[in-house]
Amino acid sequence: MRGCMPARRFSHECRNMKKFITGNDAVAEGVRLCRTQIVAAYPITPQTPIYEKLSDWDACGELGGRMMRMESEHSAMAACLAASLTATRTFTATSSQGLALMHEMLHFASGCRAPVVMACVNRSLAIPWGFWSDQTDTLAQRDTGWIQIYSENNQEILDSVIQAYRIAESVLLPCMVILEASFISHFMEPVEIPEQDLVDKFLPPANLPLRFDVERPAFIAPVVNQTEYRDYRRLSQEAMELSLNVIDGIDHEFDGIFDRKYGLIETVDTEDAELVIVTSGSITSTARVAQVRIREKGFKIGLLKIRVFRPFPSEILREALKHVGKIAVIDRNISLGSEGIFCSELKAALCDGPAGSKIQGYLAGIGGTNVSPELIERIAFDAFNREHPTVRSIWMT
Amino acid sequence: MDDIEVTPSSTGRPAEIMRSGHNACPGCAQAIAMRLILRTLGGRTIVVVVPACAAIIAGQFPRTSLNVPVFLAAFETAGASAAGISNALKYKGQDDIIVLALAGDGGTFDIGLQSLSGAADRNEDFIYVCMDNEAYMNTGIQVSSATPRYTWTGTTPTGNPRRKKQIMEIMAAHRIPYAATASIGFPEDLMRKVKRAKEMRGTRFIHLLSPCPTGWKMAEDLTAKIGTLAVETNIFPLYEIEDGLFYRINHYSRGLPVDDYLSLQGRYDHLTQKEIHDIQAETDRTWKDLQAKADRGKY
Ligand code: SF4
Repeated sequence: MRGCMPARRFSHECRNMKKFITGNDAVAEGVRLCRTQIVAAYPITPQTPIYEKLSDWDACGELGGRMMRMESEHSAMAACLAASLTATRTFTATSSQGLALMHEMLHFASGCRAPVVMACVNRSLAIPWGFWSDQTDTLAQRDTGWIQIYSENNQEILDSVIQAYRIAESVLLPCMVILEASFISHFMEPVEIPEQDLVDKFLPPANLPLRFDVERPAFIAPVVNQTEYRDYRRLSQEAMELSLNVIDGIDHEFDGIFDRKYGLIETVDTEDAELVIVTSGSITSTARVAQVRIREKGFKIGLLKIRVFRPFPSEILREALKHVGKIAVIDRNISLGSEGIFCSELKAALCDGPAGSKIQGYLAGIGGTNVSPELIERIAFDAFNREHPTVRSIWMT
Repeated sequence: MDDIEVTPSSTGRPAEIMRSGHNACPGCAQAIAMRLILRTLGGRTIVVVVPACAAIIAGQFPRTSLNVPVFLAAFETAGASAAGISNALKYKGQDDIIVLALAGDGGTFDIGLQSLSGAADRNEDFIYVCMDNEAYMNTGIQVSSATPRYTWTGTTPTGNPRRKKQIMEIMAAHRIPYAATASIGFPEDLMRKVKRAKEMRGTRFIHLLSPCPTGWKMAEDLTAKIGTLAVETNIFPLYEIEDGLFYRINHYSRGLPVDDYLSLQGRYDHLTQKEIHDIQAETDRTWKDLQAKADRGKY
């Protein structure tokens, strides 16, 4: 190993083997394997280990790209999108306050159709201050025109980073890959690190449109009139809609090469289910355990994981849930004054669906509180026994 | 103009990057400055503008007055956006393309200061020109931290109580390779400085005083004269700073009374004798301080 690698770091020799790594390290592995050309970042807990890992590789000459050590997340996103428009493959990572600070630039990146890829580690937003998992930070960015992929575990987050570049560069929209603080960012799991040549096969060298061409000068992001504004928004919406199929196709292609696929959503035992629990992110893993236990007790319960939140896979969800009488949505997030955000979105998608499903929201895990299999069982039995859903999501403690 | 080499066109005259038909008010110094700066830098330039008069001067879709790539970035991101482009160019090995950031005083002294400071700290490779018209003119006429003391603006109707922020000292404190002031009253000096900046690498900063007929409530044909008087009264001396330490004064003024400059502008109509006296005293002090720095020479 190179002399400059600090001793406390893991060696990343033996790339073909499974490695026991954190979710943050899995993100960094993905960024390196994708031959990312510009990384612009700023530290924030719990994302910082991604930034440090990439810095280590940069110091050893193994990153291949250029690191920009920025003075804020706002500037990090400004630099990423400007570099992306200069036809380079870009990456940044952030969490909570940093993502909130970036908000303005998220709109810029999508408006400019810059295929920036960003890892967001879900962390509770101040106030009160906290460091733990809560999805409200990324869900609050749902209207910024970014594709959002929520990952359940360390393997999935690595794979999602690789897929994200293909997706973003295919539809020219920025893509956020999302992992939760602590449960994914800092927990270690065995992760298969794909071989570089396979990644290269899946993700060809960056071939982005060069927006700043001195031979063919153009004014990028000028002031437009009302109808032009409307027409640009419409084009972005069309690209979002188009990306549903693209994400699915890329996932299949990924499966063909790496033998792993995730889908826009994933269903478990939903065919005969009387109740389906809907989850996202790391809670899904726990819900898998609870779902099996409840089945063993003789109840017809299924599980549905929403992986892609933007674009929202409304049609696919309608199809998957068309025969289901009761649905329980678990949200580790809240839109204050309304309810859990996945719950709202699902209600909107199914509102005039064929089944007239009864959808009950549950708030669980907010602020990074633990969601145990027992808690999910309580949610399931509450939903089984409830005649009419409450207007708002129910707080689970 | 003899020592000013600019990119020649096929006619032998300097190639103009900026076309006629821009959106500036009549008599606007920024439009003149943009034309001079761009023709000195030439066509292999990428321009980052942020919301400012420069962005409007550059045109509204589908028209543009600039014949080089332009990016209208977010208000507070001139430094970070220019840095993103220059890093991408470096990654691609395109070192011959110049990145030019054009921002106003609000986008530089106020909302863009953090992004500029970050970029200057990293010594990012671009030329940054702050076109200082001493208030938020693009939104009307509102006070900024570049507005001089006692100046009328729409948000300081009885005169600005604050003093003008010393942006050159801030940039010098970053120890960037090159920082210079320029005034539209001295176009050769401006072009020489742009040319000098073009030959250097790293963060290069030019603070350009940009008389604004609309916001300064002055006659449209006085732009050059007022730009000259700003220097000749020592309100806005012309100097360069290398590596944040070495000061050189480029023009020793005639030391005209500040009132010669102030009295031509409606934004100072309300000044009392005491206020004019205060401005004179502060101008004298600042000029002395600058001379002392320049006298140190290189060490
Ligand atoms: S407001 Fe002033 S600076 Fe802006 S375009 Fe008009 S004259 Fe120029």
